[in-house]
Amino acid sequence: MSALTVLYALLFYVAAATLVGGVAYQCWVYARTPQPLKIPIPPAPATRRGVALRMLVEVTLFRSLFRSNKWIWLFGWIFHVALLAVLLRHLRYFTEPVWAWVALVQPAGLYAGFAMLAGLAGLWARRFLVDRVRYISSPSDHLMLALLAAIAASGLAMKYLAHTDIVALKAFFLGLMAFDWQALPADPVLLVHLALVAALMIVFPVSKLLHAPGVFFSPSLNQVDDARERRHAAGWSARIVHVSRARGG
Amino acid sequence: MAAFQTPPLGEYPVIPPVREGVMAHSKPFVAKPDLQKPLGFPGELVPEWEKVAVTRLGELVSQSRALQVFLDSCVKCGACTDKCHYYLGTSDPKNMPVARQDLLRSVYRRYYTFAGKHFPKLVGARDMTKEVLDDWYSYFHQCSQCRRCSVFCPYGIDTAEISMAARDIMDSVGLGQKYSNEIIGKVHKIGNNLGLPEPALRNTLDGLEEDVKEATGVDVRFPLDQKGAEVLLVTPSADFFAEPHIDGLIGYAKVFHAAGISWTLSSHASEAANFSLFIGNHDNLQKVAERIREAALELGVKRIVVGECGHAWRVAYSFWNTLIGPFDFLDPRYPAPQHICEVTYDLIRRGALTLDKSANAGKVVTFHDSCNVSRGSRMGGVPGGQFLIPREIIRACVDRFVDMAPETIGETTFCCGGGGGLLSDDLIELRVKGALPRMQALQQVVEEHGVNYMAAICAICKSQFTKVLPYYKHPMDMIGSVHGLVSSAIVLGPKQ
Repeated sequence: MSALTVLYALLFYVAAATLVGGVAYQCWVYARTPQPLKIPIPPAPATRRGVALRMLVEVTLFRSLFRSNKWIWLFGWIFHVALLAVLLRHLRYFTEPVWAWVALVQPAGLYAGFAMLAGLAGLWARRFLVDRVRYISSPSDHLMLALLAAIAASGLAMKYLAHTDIVALKAFFLGLMAFDWQALPADPVLLVHLALVAALMIVFPVSKLLHAPGVFFSPSLNQVDDARERRHAAGWSARIVHVSRARGG
Repeated sequence: MAAFQTPPLGEYPVIPPVREGVMAHSKPFVAKPDLQKPLGFPGELVPEWEKVAVTRLGELVSQSRALQVFLDSCVKCGACTDKCHYYLGTSDPKNMPVARQDLLRSVYRRYYTFAGKHFPKLVGARDMTKEVLDDWYSYFHQCSQCRRCSVFCPYGIDTAEISMAARDIMDSVGLGQKYSNEIIGKVHKIGNNLGLPEPALRNTLDGLEEDVKEATGVDVRFPLDQKGAEVLLVTPSADFFAEPHIDGLIGYAKVFHAAGISWTLSSHASEAANFSLFIGNHDNLQKVAERIREAALELGVKRIVVGECGHAWRVAYSFWNTLIGPFDFLDPRYPAPQHICEVTYDLIRRGALTLDKSANAGKVVTFHDSCNVSRGSRMGGVPGGQFLIPREIIRACVDRFVDMAPETIGETTFCCGGGGGLLSDDLIELRVKGALPRMQALQQVVEEHGVNYMAAICAICKSQFTKVLPYYKHPMDMIGSVHGLVSSAIVLGPKQ
């Protein structure tokens, strides 16, 4: 077993634990923090079913963003959908035998690699070209785009420029999951790709990538507009008590 | 007050290029110690205020899922950057919603997140310093908490919540805003924003009865503290004598009269407004709201109706059930507070009112959706009722109604420029510039459709436009109450 294999095996255990543990912790923080008042933002549905539909449309089609700015929507939506397709394509490295539908999405996942880069390029260009977006961008915003772009580029490089031994790679990851370590191919591009992915997993819970779980907890999006019909109380507002003054008879 | 230029209205709306620091000088007067103490705030900047502020920030975040999620989730996508009327009117980048949020988020990151604690430069985290506090005082008083930006945010991040938290933190270290805190003090002490005591209020209402009798020959009552009345009307105190608000109050009285509904005002709760919302302080918010419950129980009313006031309706619709509910003492047919527009609209639909449009002949009317009604509440039983109902009332009272551009009304309406505790003369430059997007939309319907009247259902909007319209070459009396139109059109006396 090479030192490299051990290093990457440990790295991915740490990265996976950080990602899962960190996101779970943040979700727990969001869930335990009370929302004392009703603050839904329109168009706010009056039923739970309506809210579920709203959230679904929001997180799949980015409806608010579409209303707001067609360019950000276009680049942002392309990037996210492409990222999803790429992630699904990568499932083939973690399943044996490969699930049928994962086999089916392989070609889409390939094109998605380019779409992902294009989306990132568009978003990044806005950070330079639009003065308002340039003003609000901090170094971490650029670094995050750089990280994602480098992951996409190194991935595509392995497909088209410097092939790696994907059979051995798959054995490595299946081995990781079974705690039966297998050797990792020592191709430089692969090592860069994997290191960047691990870095992304590690920064996820301490960065703005928290928007992914955060959106589901956003009270302005997930609250039902029924303040007059149902008395809402949580946190400090749950400590407000009025004796019932119902009229008798 | 330095001289400033009213922004010119172009042929179409433009997104201005960023001009850094052009509104850094805009700051409201600071509250003196005697205004701070009755609200439970320190009189002046406390020792070690930096620590106190950071601690208060942590408390607020731990008490509000909204704050916690909003501070963590922004990705700086830029969707909100051209949505704020204050940015569009001033071009100061700190008036872009995301940049305004970042004034507070940068401090949150520094003290409460891993990245900000260890890599402050990388993520734009900042220490709590005097410079930061000055920025907060200036730019969190350039936000009218209108929530337009949050409609466009993919995560629903509500800048109003952040701006309210920042103001609460500033109050907690002894840096309060004179205008809002003075008004809240008056409500606690006297019962309304204007500081109008019971005898003066009674006198005003008696005068109104005489005026209406003179004008119409009908005995329309303006009852005060009348036990056993069916309806308690809670309305902004501006309705008692500011123009054009008072025409609205006369309109409500005529509607109740025509429908035969007994009603009363309360001297204990002679104010619908609750400026505690603007300063984000929950104790004051609850305390001010509690007066309404006390008055309703004391007077034994069966219904509570709220007059034309934007943020008051948000508080009534969205928060009263939480703050002063349950309303199990009300008539089960009207188990929740209603808006006066809901009452009037219901009566119109049932044919209970006679409205003569010719009384408003010559008026070409448009409607300014007030931010808190549009984005913080609803009316009627249907989604969007808050947009439909006031328009239907206006249409029943006038011959011609025209809407302004769709992106400037409804749930994406532009604030009047004076909401959120900014309706103060020390902020006149901000108010004039912040009104730009609304004035732009108004100008268009004036030119294309000959609109000569803009109706609104918010006391702050009405006062703001009265002041600001002349800067844009429109007469100040172009703004009016929706119930002012009802007041003119309604035919009193036996139904024909």
